Amino acid sequence: MGLLSDPVRRRALARLVLRLNAPLWALPVAWLERTMRSVGLEVYTQSFSRKLPFPDETHERYMVSGINVYGILRAPRAASTESLVLTVPCGPDSTNSQAVGLMLALAAHFRGQIYWAKDIIFLVTEHDLLGTEAWLEAYHDVNVTGMQSSPLQGRAGAIQAAVALELSSDVVTSLDVVVEGLNGQLPNLDLLNLFQTFCQKGGLLCTLQGKLQPQDWTSIDGPLQSVQTLLLMVLQQASGRPHGAHGLFLRYRVEALTLRGINSFRQYKYDLVAVGKALEGMFRKLNHLLERLHQSFFFYLLPALSRFVSIGLYMPAAGFLLLVLGLKALELWMQLHEAGVGPEEAGKTPGSSPPHPPTQGVGLASLVAPLLVSQAMGLALYVLPVLGQHVATQHFPVAEAEAVVLTLLAIYAAGLALPHNTHRVVSTQAPDKGWMALKLVALIYLALQLACITLTNFSLGFLLAASMVPAAAVTKPSGPRPLYTALLVLTSPAATLLGSLFLWRELQEAPLSLAEGWQLFLAALAQGVLEHHTYGSLLFPLLALGLYPCWLLFWNVLFWK
Amino acid sequence: MVDTCFLSQGLTTLAGLLLLPFGSLAASQIEDQAEQFFRSGHTNNWAVLVCTSRFWFNYRHVANTLSVYRSVKRLGIPDSHIVLMLADDMACNPRNPKPATVYSHKNMELNVYGDDVEVDYRSYEVTVENFLRVLTGRIPSSTPRSKRLLSDDRSNILIYMTGHGGNGFLKFQDSEEITNIELADAFEQMWQKRRYNELLFIIDTCQGASMYERFYSPNIMALASSQVGEDSLSHQPDPAVGVHLMDRYTFYVLEFLEEINPASQTNMNDLFQVCPKSLCVSTPGHRTDLFQRDPKNVLITDFFGSVRKVEITTETLSLQPDSGVIESSYKKDQMVEELMEPLKYAEQLPVAQIIHQDFKDAFLLSSGFHGC
Repeated sequence: MGLLSDPVRRRALARLVLRLNAPLWALPVAWLERTMRSVGLEVYTQSFSRKLPFPDETHERYMVSGINVYGILRAPRAASTESLVLTVPCGPDSTNSQAVGLMLALAAHFRGQIYWAKDIIFLVTEHDLLGTEAWLEAYHDVNVTGMQSSPLQGRAGAIQAAVALELSSDVVTSLDVVVEGLNGQLPNLDLLNLFQTFCQKGGLLCTLQGKLQPQDWTSIDGPLQSVQTLLLMVLQQASGRPHGAHGLFLRYRVEALTLRGINSFRQYKYDLVAVGKALEGMFRKLNHLLERLHQSFFFYLLPALSRFVSIGLYMPAAGFLLLVLGLKALELWMQLHEAGVGPEEAGKTPGSSPPHPPTQGVGLASLVAPLLVSQAMGLALYVLPVLGQHVATQHFPVAEAEAVVLTLLAIYAAGLALPHNTHRVVSTQAPDKGWMALKLVALIYLALQLACITLTNFSLGFLLAASMVPAAAVTKPSGPRPLYTALLVLTSPAATLLGSLFLWRELQEAPLSLAEGWQLFLAALAQGVLEHHTYGSLLFPLLALGLYPCWLLFWNVLFWK
Repeated sequence: MVDTCFLSQGLTTLAGLLLLPFGSLAASQIEDQAEQFFRSGHTNNWAVLVCTSRFWFNYRHVANTLSVYRSVKRLGIPDSHIVLMLADDMACNPRNPKPATVYSHKNMELNVYGDDVEVDYRSYEVTVENFLRVLTGRIPSSTPRSKRLLSDDRSNILIYMTGHGGNGFLKFQDSEEITNIELADAFEQMWQKRRYNELLFIIDTCQGASMYERFYSPNIMALASSQVGEDSLSHQPDPAVGVHLMDRYTFYVLEFLEEINPASQTNMNDLFQVCPKSLCVSTPGHRTDLFQRDPKNVLITDFFGSVRKVEITTETLSLQPDSGVIESSYKKDQMVEELMEPLKYAEQLPVAQIIHQDFKDAFLLSSGFHGC
C-alpha cells in the first residue's frame, strides 16, 4: 500500500529514523532568522514536537519535531494591542519557498511604511499545519491537541485576521482562495469580499474551488457551474479538514483565508509583484479596521466568488429533512399507543427531547440491550484501531497505518453481524411492538444528532441527513428485505464517505476509477483518524460514536425477528 | 461797497446752493453708510463647528469641519469665539501616513489642519449632552472659557454639523443620536435666553434637510447638503491616505469660501447656489422662512467672518433711534408675556385638596367595596 508495506524494510527504516531522530529536510532556521532581522523585524523561534498516534503515510512522518520562525513588525505609533498574521506553512520539502520569498519582500516593504496601527506577524511554520497548530496553541496559551510546544518569547496582541500563502512557483496564472476550515468553520464573509475586491482592482484571475466565475448566466452553463462550485464547498466543509493553515486559525475566532497560487497551462501569467500588491492592499485595508470583522455573515455557502447563500435560505432545507424523522417518530408513537391515548405533543419538531420509552407491553430490557450493544460497537470503533495497532502489526504483515484502517473496517463490518446475536440476549416480547419502540428511539436519536451537527457544520449535517434520513424512515422488518438491506448499507456513514469522495473528484473533473477510489477511501480513513488526534477534527468521533451506533440501531430494526 | 458785499453774499449763496446737492449727496452717503452699520444688528460672531463621527473611515467628516474652521478663522473669528468639537483625532492617528496633517484635496494640495488648531471638545467629549449644553449655556461652573459659547443677543452664530445622519437624526460617536426636535428645542432655548441675534445652521450629512424641518425660532437660516431620502456623497479618495478626503458639499463650500475675503460683499444667495445637483449628486436645500432679512441682503461675512464695523468720516451725523426693527422682533414675545400668569411652584402637599376630597371615596375605602 505504501512505502512501508514490506515489514522488513519498514522495521529497518523505523529503527534507523528513531535512532537518528533527524528529519530528512529541515527549515533553514538560522538563515530565516538572519534575513528577518536584517529586514528589521523582531525575530523569535519556537520549537515543538509531537508523536503522532500512528505513522502518517501521506506526509511520511511519525515523530515530528520542528522549529517555527516568526518576525514581528511593530506598529510605529500605536500600542501593540492588535495584530495581523501573514503565515507561510512549509512542508517536508521546499514546496513553499516562493511564498517565503514573497513574504520577506512584503516584510521589507511594510517596514518602510508608517501607517501601521496593528503589529504584523510574519510566520514560517515547519511541517505545515502541525507547526501552525503548535504556534497557535502557544500564542493563545492553551493545549487542546496534545502538542508539546515551547512557550513563545514574543507576542503581539490579539490577532484580528490572518492570511496563509501557498505558492509553488514564481509566476501564477490564478489565485485560488480557500475558506473552509477545521470542523466546517468559515471566516467572516467580509474577508472574502476584501480579497475579491483586490482581485478585481488588480486584474488578477481569482478562483474558488479551482473554478472560475461563471460568466454565462443566460444559458444553463452558468447555473450549472455555480451548482458544482457549491457542491464542492459543501463536500469540503463536510469533511471538517483544515484545508490550509487558515483552518486552524478559525478555532480561535481569527478570520483567516488561504491563498494558493496556481500555475496552469494558461498563457497569461502574473508575477509575484501582482500577488504582492493584492496582499499589500488587503493588509492595508485590514489595518484600517477598529473592530473585529463582524458585520457580514459567518455562515454561508458560495456558488461563486461574488455570490453567496446565507444561512436563512439554506437552513430550512435541513429542517425539513429532520422534520421527516420527527413525523415518522410521531407516527410510530401513535401506532404504539393505538388504544386511544393520543400523543401529548401535537407535532414533533426535530430536536425535541426524547419521550419516555413506551411501557405498554414492551419491556425496557428489549430496548436497552440493542442501544448498549450499538454504542459499545461505536466505542470500539473509536478506540480500538489506534490502541490495537501494535497488536495487529505483530500478528499480520501490515504497517501501522494499514492496521488502523483495516481494524476500522473490520469492526465496522462486525457490526453488521450483530442483529443475529443480540436476540439471544433479549427476552422475547411481542415482536411487532419491540421493533417499533426501537425504531422510535433510533429516529429520535438520529434527529437529535443530525440537528446538533447541522447547527455547527451545516454541510456535514445536510449530507448525512440527505443520505440517512430516507433509509432510516422506511426501514422495517417486514417488506422487501434485500432492497432495504441494500438501501441501508448504501447509506451507512462509510458508504456516504466513499460516495462523497467519488463525487468530489468527479466535480473537480478528475474522476476516479474504482481501484483508485478505494485507495483514496482508505487514505481518507487514516487521515480522518489522524486529524482527529492532531488537530481535533470532529468528523471521526461524530461518525464513530454518534452516527454509526445510530445506524446500527436501524440495522437491528431491519433484522428484527 | 454794499453791492460787492451783496454780490459776494449772493455768490456764496449760489455756491452754497450749487454745492448743496453734493453736500446732501455726501450727507446721504454717510447716512447710507450709517444705515449699513445697523443693517444686520449683530456686533460679534461665534462659530460652533461639530464633527460627530469617529474612526479612520470617517476622515472626511473631520476634514469637513476643519475646512470650515479654517475659513472662519481666516475671515476673522478668533479661537476664543470658536467652539470646535472633533470626535476623533485624524492628524495623529497611527493610520495617517502624513502625521499632523489633514488634507482636503487629493495629492495633498491643502492641509486644513494648519499650524494652530484649537480643538475645544475632542474625542469622547463630543456627546449630545455636551453639544446641547454648549448651545443652551447650561454648563457646569468648572468648564473652562474655551469650552463655552458666551454669546449674547447681538451675536451671529454659525453652527456647522457633519457626520452620519438619517431622516430626523444625526449620529454622535456611533452610540447616540440627536433628533431634529431636540435641536429645534435647543435653538428655542437659545432664543428665549437671547443667546443669539441670528443663526446660520449648516449640516452636511445624509438626509440633512430633515434636521432643519422642525425649527420654529425666529432668525434662523439653515442649509443642508441633501434632501430627505437622498444620501450626501463623498468627494475623492486619495490613494496615499487611503480614505475619502472630503464630502462633496463641503468641498464646494470650501472652494466658494476660499474666494471670500473680509471685505467681500457676496451674499447668501450665492451660498445657496453652491454645489448644484450636477456636482453634488444630491440636492442641497435651504430654509429662510424664519429669517427676517432678505437673504440677498445678508453678507457671507455676517456669519463666516468677524468684520469690524469701522468707517472713518469727517462729516457729522445725527442718529435717530430706529426702534422699529428692535420692537418688531420682541413684540410677539411681549404680547405673550402680558397674557401669561406669573409662574410659581406647585403645592408640595396639597392639603386643601386632601381635606376637601370626596367623603364618598373615603367611605368606600373603609367599607371594603373598593374594587382592586
